[in-house]
Amino acid sequence: MTYIPISPNERDAMLKTVGVGSLDDLFDAIPQKHRFPKLDLPPALTEMEAASLLSEMANTNENVREHLISFLGAGAYNHYIPSVVDHMLRRGEFYTAYTPYQPEISQGTLQAIFEYQSLMTNLTGMEVSNASHYDGATATAEAVNLAFAQFRGKRKKVVMSPSVHPQYREVIRTYSQGMGLEEAGDDPTVDLEAGPESLMALVDEKTMLVVVQYPDFFGRIYDYTKLIEDAHAKGSLVCVVANPTALLMLKTPASMGADIVVGEAQPFGIPLWYGGPYLGFFTTKKSYVHKMAGRLIGETIDNRGQRSYVLTLTAREQHIKRERATSNICTNQGLLALGCAVYMSALGKTGLSQVANLCYQKAHYAASELSKIDGYGLCFSDPFFHEFVLCCPKPASEVNEYLLANGILGGYDLGKDYPSLENHILMAFTEMNSKQEIDTLVEVLKEME
Amino acid sequence: MNVPSNLKYTKSDEWFDPSSGAVGISDFAQSQLSDIVFVEILVEEGEEVTVGKAIASVESVKASAEIYAPVAGKVSAVNKGLPDKPEILNSDPFGEGWMIKIEGSAGSEMMDAAAYEQDCAGRAH
Amino acid sequence: MPTILEPTIFELSSPGRTGVTMPASDVPHTDLPNENLLRSDLPLPELAEVDVVRHYMKLSKFNYSVDDGFYPLGSCTMKYNPKINEDTCRLPGFLYTHPLQPIETVQGNLVLMFELQEWLKEISGFAGMTLQPAAGAHGEFTGVLMMAAYHKSRGDSKRTKMLIPDAAHGTNPASAGMLGMSVVTIPSDARGNVDLKALAAACDDTVVGMMVTNPNTLGMFDEHMEEVIKLVKDCGGLMYGDGANLNALLGIVRPGDLGFDVMHFNLHKTFSVPHGGGGPGSGPVGVSQRLVDFLPSPLVGIVEEADENTAPLYGFVTPKNSIGRMKAFHGHFGGGLVRAYTYISMHGPDGLKDISQYAVLNANYLQAKLRGTYTIPYDRICMHEFVAEGQFAGSDVRALDIAKRLMDYNFHPPTNYFPLIVHEALMIEPTETENKDTLDRFADALIKIAEEAKTQPELLHDAPHITPFGRMDEVKAARELVLCCWLPENYETLT
Repeated sequence: MTYIPISPNERDAMLKTVGVGSLDDLFDAIPQKHRFPKLDLPPALTEMEAASLLSEMANTNENVREHLISFLGAGAYNHYIPSVVDHMLRRGEFYTAYTPYQPEISQGTLQAIFEYQSLMTNLTGMEVSNASHYDGATATAEAVNLAFAQFRGKRKKVVMSPSVHPQYREVIRTYSQGMGLEEAGDDPTVDLEAGPESLMALVDEKTMLVVVQYPDFFGRIYDYTKLIEDAHAKGSLVCVVANPTALLMLKTPASMGADIVVGEAQPFGIPLWYGGPYLGFFTTKKSYVHKMAGRLIGETIDNRGQRSYVLTLTAREQHIKRERATSNICTNQGLLALGCAVYMSALGKTGLSQVANLCYQKAHYAASELSKIDGYGLCFSDPFFHEFVLCCPKPASEVNEYLLANGILGGYDLGKDYPSLENHILMAFTEMNSKQEIDTLVEVLKEME
Repeated sequence: MNVPSNLKYTKSDEWFDPSSGAVGISDFAQSQLSDIVFVEILVEEGEEVTVGKAIASVESVKASAEIYAPVAGKVSAVNKGLPDKPEILNSDPFGEGWMIKIEGSAGSEMMDAAAYEQDCAGRAH
Repeated sequence: MPTILEPTIFELSSPGRTGVTMPASDVPHTDLPNENLLRSDLPLPELAEVDVVRHYMKLSKFNYSVDDGFYPLGSCTMKYNPKINEDTCRLPGFLYTHPLQPIETVQGNLVLMFELQEWLKEISGFAGMTLQPAAGAHGEFTGVLMMAAYHKSRGDSKRTKMLIPDAAHGTNPASAGMLGMSVVTIPSDARGNVDLKALAAACDDTVVGMMVTNPNTLGMFDEHMEEVIKLVKDCGGLMYGDGANLNALLGIVRPGDLGFDVMHFNLHKTFSVPHGGGGPGSGPVGVSQRLVDFLPSPLVGIVEEADENTAPLYGFVTPKNSIGRMKAFHGHFGGGLVRAYTYISMHGPDGLKDISQYAVLNANYLQAKLRGTYTIPYDRICMHEFVAEGQFAGSDVRALDIAKRLMDYNFHPPTNYFPLIVHEALMIEPTETENKDTLDRFADALIKIAEEAKTQPELLHDAPHITPFGRMDEVKAARELVLCCWLPENYETLT
């Protein structure tokens, strides 16, 4: 099936207007020996057949709503998404529009993204938010780009805490390949209980950026005020990678003095979707706005005296600044930023606080129950939000396999990334986990030989 | 178009004042860029610059440009207030809109006002 | 004070109002952490669900979209987005799978990704494929990283120069810039092809490669593509293809066959993934044999071969000299890959060729209808788009005015002021999903506007007239930089 609305008669009339005899005649500029290759692809399906095929493929998976009880987080979280979110995202006016380059007929997208920016600044306490990045990892890499541009290459050292998400650190390493950066702290073999201030040993006059996570990858809540103050004394910027659900409850990174606050907003209304598309948020101080990559919406007025919104400071971006731009980013996650805004508005201050509290309560109940099992315990004693590291008496992979055999998706096996955490699992809890599910987890682990 | 006769000019639209050492962008440049919303001075006082080194970066609503040192020498002053009011570059490019001062002298490749005016006329369309 | 057509979600807030609420906690209570670790307030809106729905419904009506009408935005391929895609990408098995689940529990996802990799390789003629990049520009960056890694692996360290035609998208030089490469701009010749003389002069042993969009942003298939590729390859460079304009080439020619080494796809252009008002996109990258070892990690592959009784086990593999990870997890699976897979499966080889043939027919038809009224600076058979000049002798009407006036005729304007090499450019890409009547009405509107430009230029300068909003003050936006709003009660403390 195709979506081409042209009849054979119309086609012939159009070919005549163009002045060619057939459709194939339009392609004389293509080298003849490579023209019209025979593509070895399955034959076309009708909509009915495609719907059935895709449904079959989807059903091959075991999902966390119908088949598995899930305690897996590590950067992607199973939260409830109010029905209203998808109803708004399914509006063709939103999802089939382009980037709002023509503001007169794009105010829907522009105002919605302006509101998304506002929700993010109010959440993080920062002054400016851009219109989004691809995901939390690339938003963090863009923080490195910002710092690099801010110091104009005069400082080239990035200090990353080992308790920043391993994949985020990996993305920063990929992104910075051409920048000649010195990367410090990105070492999973160090003492993971040393506390955030231990990073200062690596921060010097060449350091452009310190990157920490909040709560960190292990779920621990640290107040980074002292670290940020000390890093500032050395002239470095500090980027905090934050979980937005945790920010609903915890002290804002802005109040700790952070220069850049980024993170993954998937928990805010975006399905797990096997890893994407997600939503990288990026907030910073107004003084760095010209070095920030990505689109930005600003308020203005139209020629009829109406308040309105436009893409602003576009001369920072690649289509004008070309090779001198901070980043090449162009398309961002527009529709998902809208979804995030609808999620935050629909739950509102009350509902969002409830979500955060439920996450906290369930995780702490689980922690206390799991610690009662022989051989199990919490690896760290620091306060945590909705994730914690569970120390197991057996290799994590064995524990997870056993859980899976019992219909439970266990946590993230930390031994893959941290040699000292071989028997450790990162467990995540959200409002989706009932007491019964947690009790089942505890029971199953107790029964494990 | 305003082209003060006491200044020297480059093909990339910088001006240099041989008597004060001041450097900026020309009236023609500001009108081509239109409404300037951002300026960043890329050099510091005391720094040595060579001809053609990027000394400032300017962004308008629809364009961006790098500004290059028209002469070599030591930077003796930087207009620190300029980044707070980039619109000065539109309203007073030869006065309040100066960017830096360089202790140096104009090379023979720099144009006088008449030559520069002719150069601009050739580029305008 | 300005008039407000729709207040912000913050202005609509009323303290104490609630929307979607959560169940009470079913676990014994735990005290919150020390107060020093908690935030003192949460300055977010408070609304009922109906308030939220009415607000976003109102906003949606301020938008023009493909579902509303013709959207001939050059190089953006604003084709119709089939509704079935919206259903398949929301199947629970796709929506609710976690990216870190054991591979045995997500074989459906992995088979889909593996087959899509294979299909995209077949469509483009490449030997390797990554689905990880999040958008076209992200794919470009991936491609340029691989080009740099390739030269580096051969100890060829003096290659720092990227050749880019003057008609290129801004992302091309920006991608090269992110790796600290210097950009050498290659001019176009009078027929809109890469100027071979200028290219030959730029080709030496410092060339990383060349980034070419073909068809280029003038909508022209380069008539000397093979010579261009030969020149670049002879000096040891790699050929990068910007796949932004792939909608002209499906079943017509495979970039890999032409000799390209690397190319990104825009699944949100060519393969009907909706643009979403600015994303998310999806930018897989294909590579020739000599770059397969440099692909990002991980890729989807077969980790246990099939035997008589069992299907193969799909999982993740890491290429030998991988440039590393481009983003967290595996790419834009749900929003991008599932929709593109659905679309390709419904077209098959002949349907894909139809797409490109009709995309090219529609563009040429419009070009023929407008020739004579508008100057077409590079006038020959175009591919899926063409560029006209939005200016008339003796008139002060400009491309921007024409673009804005088109809104009064209920059309989305074409891309304007791009490519930079055409004065007052209007870049028109109709796509294959428009019928003849729509194209006729659009051509008639543009011809009428050309007439208006002579008789009533002020009508164009002040346009649009019938849209809910008029032209915006972009200078005010950039100078005053109001980039967010707050709850009304917080304005004094926070501003």
